[in-house]
Amino acid sequence: MIEIRNLSKSFTLHNQGSAVIPVMAGAALTVASGECVGLIGNSGAGKSTLMRMVWGNYLAASGSIRVGEVDVASAEPRQIIRLRRDTLGYVSQFLRVVPRVPTLDVVAEPLLNLGVQADQARNRAAALLSRLNIPERLWSLSPTTFSGGEQQRVNIARGFAHAYPALLLDEPTASLDAANREVVLTLIEEAKARGAAILGIFHDEVARDRVCDRVVDVRAYTPKAA
Amino acid sequence: MTAQDYNFAYLDEQTKRMIRRAILKGVAVPGYQVPFASREMPMPYGWGTGGVQVTAACLTPDDTLKVIDQGADDTTNAVSIRKFFQRTAAVAVTEATAEATIIQTRHRIPEAALTEGQILVYQVPIPEPLRFLEPRETETRKMHELEEYGLMHVKLYEDIARHGHIATAYAYPVKVEGRYVMDPSPIPRFDNPKLSDCPAIQLFGAGREQRIYALPPYTRVVSLDFEDHPFEASKAPHDCDLCGASDSYLDEVITDDEGGRMFVCSDTDFCRGRVAAGHIGRLGAPDLAQEAAE
Amino acid sequence: MTAFDRKLPSPDRPLFQVQGLSKYYGSRIGCADVSFDLYPGEVLGIVGESGSGKSTLLSCLAGHMAPDTGRVIFDTAEGPRDTVTMGEAERRRLARTDWAYVHQNPRDGLRMGVSAGGNVGERLMAVGARHYGNIRDKANDWLGRVEIAADRIDDRPRAFSGGMQQRLQIARNLVTGPRLVFMDEPTGGLDVSVQARLLDLLRGLVREMGLSAIIVTHDLAVVRLLADRLMVMKGGHVVEQGLTDQVLDDPQHAYTQLLVSSVLQV
Repeated sequence: MIEIRNLSKSFTLHNQGSAVIPVMAGAALTVASGECVGLIGNSGAGKSTLMRMVWGNYLAASGSIRVGEVDVASAEPRQIIRLRRDTLGYVSQFLRVVPRVPTLDVVAEPLLNLGVQADQARNRAAALLSRLNIPERLWSLSPTTFSGGEQQRVNIARGFAHAYPALLLDEPTASLDAANREVVLTLIEEAKARGAAILGIFHDEVARDRVCDRVVDVRAYTPKAA
Repeated sequence: MTAQDYNFAYLDEQTKRMIRRAILKGVAVPGYQVPFASREMPMPYGWGTGGVQVTAACLTPDDTLKVIDQGADDTTNAVSIRKFFQRTAAVAVTEATAEATIIQTRHRIPEAALTEGQILVYQVPIPEPLRFLEPRETETRKMHELEEYGLMHVKLYEDIARHGHIATAYAYPVKVEGRYVMDPSPIPRFDNPKLSDCPAIQLFGAGREQRIYALPPYTRVVSLDFEDHPFEASKAPHDCDLCGASDSYLDEVITDDEGGRMFVCSDTDFCRGRVAAGHIGRLGAPDLAQEAAE
Repeated sequence: MTAFDRKLPSPDRPLFQVQGLSKYYGSRIGCADVSFDLYPGEVLGIVGESGSGKSTLLSCLAGHMAPDTGRVIFDTAEGPRDTVTMGEAERRRLARTDWAYVHQNPRDGLRMGVSAGGNVGERLMAVGARHYGNIRDKANDWLGRVEIAADRIDDRPRAFSGGMQQRLQIARNLVTGPRLVFMDEPTGGLDVSVQARLLDLLRGLVREMGLSAIIVTHDLAVVRLLADRLMVMKGGHVVEQGLTDQVLDDPQHAYTQLLVSSVLQV
């Protein structure tokens, strides 16, 4: 489902003497449907960079990133927009939402974007929020005022609202207590069971061992010069 | 100085030709406002300078002129303009609608049906019907050019929203031959139906705004409205207190300090004619009718 | 997934194509050689500082200004047409049916002397609506959609707050179901909390109506939340364009890097 080949990336800092910083070279990996692959490597090795290139908000310098039918590395913006709507989900570490929008609608939005009826989408959102132990009295409030752990769970609910065929998870269990961590791991297992291809970053080794079928060490792709 | 020192009907011939060209263009494009080089007249703007220039350009020595103001022949404005043309053109004048060949009017259409060969000249203060909602002349011209008349209905919408019905009582906008939206001058909307299919030529002159427009005989003129709020030609729900007419436009006259009032025909010639024919209203004096009949 | 595909706009044919568009003010560049395609349902943000040419570009796109060169092709009911060369009558008809324009200052986009209902109803009447009751029902419906209380329908916009005026302007523009909306700094001049509400409203309307939109702004936070794609302008030229979060998170051009790094973090 996800297939990365010979991927490289560098940053050019035009406002700092046009310094060119190569951050990745020759990256390659595949994630099959129903499989979960964990990215490992020390901080700064390029796990998040690789993840963002798959999501499409970091441009690849060369190589290809196939997600389903689309090569993210060379696709038109509108193809990526469509990919993100239909096929590729992303649970980032940061919640970025329009302020003052109720939590329930934040979680339902990916479904609304797909044209699902509003009440149906909200039902699905409500079920996920309940499962992730977000108290119902918070659903009508904007998540911008929530604690870090609550925001993280809202983000997860949003990422799992639609049954994406491919999922990117960036530290989904960080800052969660044991009970909620268990819920999230179960959600991941369910997603795998329905055939989702998952690429994730897990610092939590126990969690990683439980859900990941394989791990890929990104240090192998760190350019030697850097 | 004698009147003979002026050219016939005050204006010089070149000016009259210029005005006639504007009139002809107006007749050729019914409802379209034709710009013209309005002249200074020996009367202030707002006293009918546009109408006077149009009348002057139409008058021939054989014409018989009638001038009315709010339907009356004997008000200051009507008397002054009539005298003006008597002095400068020495034409015959009349108060009888049927006898006139040219009728200059302010704010009314005579009650008596007009006939072919007659010319009705309106005095117009503001020729642009879209002006109150769109102050830019460049934009209103563009709207006429492209027939963008939605704004006219916004005005009527606002009327209904505020009053529950279309409260515009005068200068009620019309559409001419399905093309131009036109301000019929501040005639009461009671008169609007008379604009349409009229055998006489109707000419409109706006002196200060320098515009002339026209309705040739038998032009189709439709008052704008909504499907669920159709146009109604309304008048005061009374009969004339002098002649008893139930179908003419009425003026309300306050008669004392105790709330006494009467309603009389605004068209004085029409009222007098009915009284002479023996019609008597609520407050009409039979001897007056007798007198008039003799 | 296929069950709801039919409700989504067909993305395969551009709604709006801009090709080689330039506008000069004498020898000064307004905007130069701008080209892009906009597909149904897409929101394009145009950012740049004052004088970057983004407002000139928007004026040329919306037909308020004639470009010196270039084509602005809109996919009309009769197929793609160059709106630069079409007659003014047709272009203006487009401007009050398939297009909408939301001004930064609601005073420029509203009739301040006309009631809220009249403001919303004007476009309907302009395309031939002649039933007062229906016009009023539709105005009522739209006031509700932009969260203006029904009992304000006969009030004039003068009596409204800035945020309400802006929402009224949006209702007035969207009542005829346009397919393409031009917005010039739609949240400029509003309080932050009012901005948020407006952004949410716009997002909902874009989604529900399948609207395409072109939004000019200098506010990067606004485009991140509203725009799918982003175009960065400087000195009349497009220096970078792409997916919004890609341009903001991984800017390639020196100017974009400077612009992104200049934003205050909250």
